[in-house]
Amino acid sequence: MFTPHTDSEREEMLRVIGVRKLDDLFADVPIKLRFPNLELPPAFTEIEARMQMEELAGANETAHDLACFLGAGAYYHYTPAAVDAIIRRGEFLTAYTPYQPEVSQGTLQAVFEFQSLIANLTGMDVSNASHYDGATATAEAAVMAYHHFRGKRTRFILSPSLNPQYREVVKTYMGGYENINLAGENLDPLCQPDDLASLLDDNTALLIVQYPDFFGRIFDFTALIEKAHQFGALVAVAVNPMSLGVLKTPGAMGADIAVGEGQSLGLPLSFGGPYLGFFATKKEYVRKIAGRLVGETADAEGRRGYVLTLTAREQHIRREKATSNICTNQGLMALATTVYMSLLGKHGLKQLANLCYQKAHYAAEQISKLDGYSVVSQRPFFHEFVVKCPKPVDEINWHLLDHDILGGYDLGQDYPSLAGHMLIAVTEMVSKDEIDALCEALEEVNNG
Amino acid sequence: MAEPTIYEISSQDRIGFRFPACDVPETALPEGLIRDELPMPEVSELDVIRHFTNLSRLNYSIDSGYYPLGSCTMKYNPKINEEVARLPGFAFSHPLQPVETVQGNLAMMYELQLWLAEICGMAGVTLQPAAGAQGEYTGVLIIRAYHHSRGDLKRTKMLIPDSAHGTNPATSAMSGFEVVGITTDATGNVDLDALKAVLDDTVAGLMLTNPNTLGLFDQNVEEVIRLVHEAGGLVYGDGANLNALLGIVRPGDLGFDIMHFNLHKTFSTPHGGGGPGSGPVGVAKHLVDFLPFPLVGIIEEGDEETPPLYGFVRPEKTIGRMKSFHGQFGMMVRAYNYISMHGPDGLRDIAESAVLNANYLLARLRNTYNVPFDRICMHEFVMEGHLDDAPDVHALDIAKRLMDYDFHPPTNYFPLIVHEALMIEPTETENKQTLDRFADVLIKIAEEARTNPDLLHTAPHHTPVGRLDEVRAAKELVLCCWLPDKI
Repeated sequence: MFTPHTDSEREEMLRVIGVRKLDDLFADVPIKLRFPNLELPPAFTEIEARMQMEELAGANETAHDLACFLGAGAYYHYTPAAVDAIIRRGEFLTAYTPYQPEVSQGTLQAVFEFQSLIANLTGMDVSNASHYDGATATAEAAVMAYHHFRGKRTRFILSPSLNPQYREVVKTYMGGYENINLAGENLDPLCQPDDLASLLDDNTALLIVQYPDFFGRIFDFTALIEKAHQFGALVAVAVNPMSLGVLKTPGAMGADIAVGEGQSLGLPLSFGGPYLGFFATKKEYVRKIAGRLVGETADAEGRRGYVLTLTAREQHIRREKATSNICTNQGLMALATTVYMSLLGKHGLKQLANLCYQKAHYAAEQISKLDGYSVVSQRPFFHEFVVKCPKPVDEINWHLLDHDILGGYDLGQDYPSLAGHMLIAVTEMVSKDEIDALCEALEEVNNG
Repeated sequence: MAEPTIYEISSQDRIGFRFPACDVPETALPEGLIRDELPMPEVSELDVIRHFTNLSRLNYSIDSGYYPLGSCTMKYNPKINEEVARLPGFAFSHPLQPVETVQGNLAMMYELQLWLAEICGMAGVTLQPAAGAQGEYTGVLIIRAYHHSRGDLKRTKMLIPDSAHGTNPATSAMSGFEVVGITTDATGNVDLDALKAVLDDTVAGLMLTNPNTLGLFDQNVEEVIRLVHEAGGLVYGDGANLNALLGIVRPGDLGFDIMHFNLHKTFSTPHGGGGPGSGPVGVAKHLVDFLPFPLVGIIEEGDEETPPLYGFVRPEKTIGRMKSFHGQFGMMVRAYNYISMHGPDGLRDIAESAVLNANYLLARLRNTYNVPFDRICMHEFVMEGHLDDAPDVHALDIAKRLMDYDFHPPTNYFPLIVHEALMIEPTETENKQTLDRFADVLIKIAEEARTNPDLLHTAPHHTPVGRLDEVRAAKELVLCCWLPDKI
């Protein structure tokens, strides 16, 4: 197994230490509490453990076995074999955070390339090394804005079409600060950018919008961002990076911060994690970013190399004056998306975004022809859209499951006014035939 | 020769991956919402594989060598864990599927919650926090919510011993607490007099790392906890050092109210060059209602013929959601498999071997290096990387010189309470031959420090790059690849 000592080696080591038996090493532990009996199953061998895990995994139905139309923040995309081949290399997989740059250049350069790819994809100046996921990256944007205004601006406007889970996490993260006012929740969920503009005031620290939004819609936020800037507020755009294979960037719209969930860049669904938060911003805010940054430099002989930089911002140095406590982030997932973005490159990222867009529009077109269903999302939308259904969404989804289809997200769970509305996502993983099968099954429910 | 960046090997119009042709009629992309340029690399699959393989070879890792990085628990990461996490049933399940279709995932998570609770003696566990620091944050928010729920708003102080983990102060500050430091006494325990002097009804809690960052089990831990409880505060246990306690003692039995786990330390999920981690949090009975949502629970009891139905539940006074979805699920799969392969005896063997290895190294090195708090240690120990008869040599020099002998250096300059600290955590998976080789090299380096200090000042000599100019990096702030003209 994983502990190597033989009995004689153990004896020899105890002799060198100068104690008689192993238990003597634990004399500081209160004796009445020492060596508890843990009620756990007895140890499995690797063969038994694998069988157990196969049985558990086998008890699930997955996006792989079904035609998947479920998105709402996590998307079923194809992961090229090359991605896993690289991240399974022990040299990447079993290294720690690159505190010793001389023996960590592989990780450091990969993070440097990740920062470059994210900055270029989002149209921003700089990116950090990652956050836990899209929700916490969004929350860190709020924290950064709070500190940017030294706590003097306390209004945070969150678009109602921001992923509801992101809103919840922002709420948790802002819970430690005094008098925070989170606005936007009471707007019509399907409101327009102008409705958000009306909430701006001189006390607004940050406006957070999503792009494409939670309902899949795409707006050009340029005018809204300009308006926010007139009030002196910052604007963060939570963006699906995959869509940026074709769409105008947050940077081009003037956003101060672009955050988002990197899962759509080739990370497996994995029941919600590990995913990847990213955080990119303008050069002028680089010293206010939380988390790790990798910078280029050189050694004494002039050889190019990379180091963690601006570490004085971080928790281990600034301690209670640090604005974030993040240390371990999503290094391996950042590597996976770096490989993914490199492999797909300019051509593949564009092709992928276009495929998702086209298939989603075909699906919306077909569904809108069905009796009882109407597509609520006006164009333009990207690869997700809202459908008003003739029956409760969970009832429809049970029917779809009988046809090996994983139906869309029930929006009534988060938005009472959208009960009976389904959010449908379409990616490159579904074929025209599967979209047609979805339409047939939807029609069947309505008639049934 | 340095490895070029991915942009430097890019060649216009080269294609690395193709998707199938579009099988639906195409519509125009939305006007005015299309990007002008897409400055992404253009490389082939072999370009990509060779580039990242070359990069990987510039890394030191557990798989390639000994990595005694203190407080990081760089133990072997079993390969089977990587296999099982990739089983299609786990890897392709969507977090928002109907719970009836993901009973395998939920049963596993439910059991892992129970197992972690049993291992640390707590009443409830959330698997949601993404990493240790987020676990801490969760714990501190729970402390805050607990006091507030009792109408007790005057508790604004968080006590943090100077032997605690580095993230604790930042975490407390994020949660709106004022941080009050507590000193360490001459034996390496929390200074009881210093503690008593600050305990009053403004104290929300104490964040205790035990074993502490000196690698020592606090000999007064029960007394420390009793005093904090008496003053109405709660005690948070930093679980980063749990490897020393598996099957040895349960923090809940010692009186801790809350603690976090680092699945990526104690339960062998790989560090991945800086994550993903996973930081579940366990709480005592009086705090279960404050856990973040969602938790995995039984939503329909089973009977002899049908298994129970697992689903998500929301604790009554929850502090809210910490992250999207249900936590770092892939890490949970690995940790579950790891615990399955150990059982109660195997877990105790982990702690015993980790503590044995640390004490063995300490015994071999204490005549060469000064160990300021020298007693039986737990899973790690801290010595001074400074020798009286080699005054110009620093911990950093010793750390860098170790690389020339193909070892990863220990954690250096932490904890701050030891001058020129070198913090060594051998872990349980290293054999005696490796430990002996490491001790021999450290003894040899001490000799080099006396006879040829420049050899250390200019180290490392045999790594892909030498010491890097960190001042220049912070000054020039190059955070993005240089882009070729045609991109």
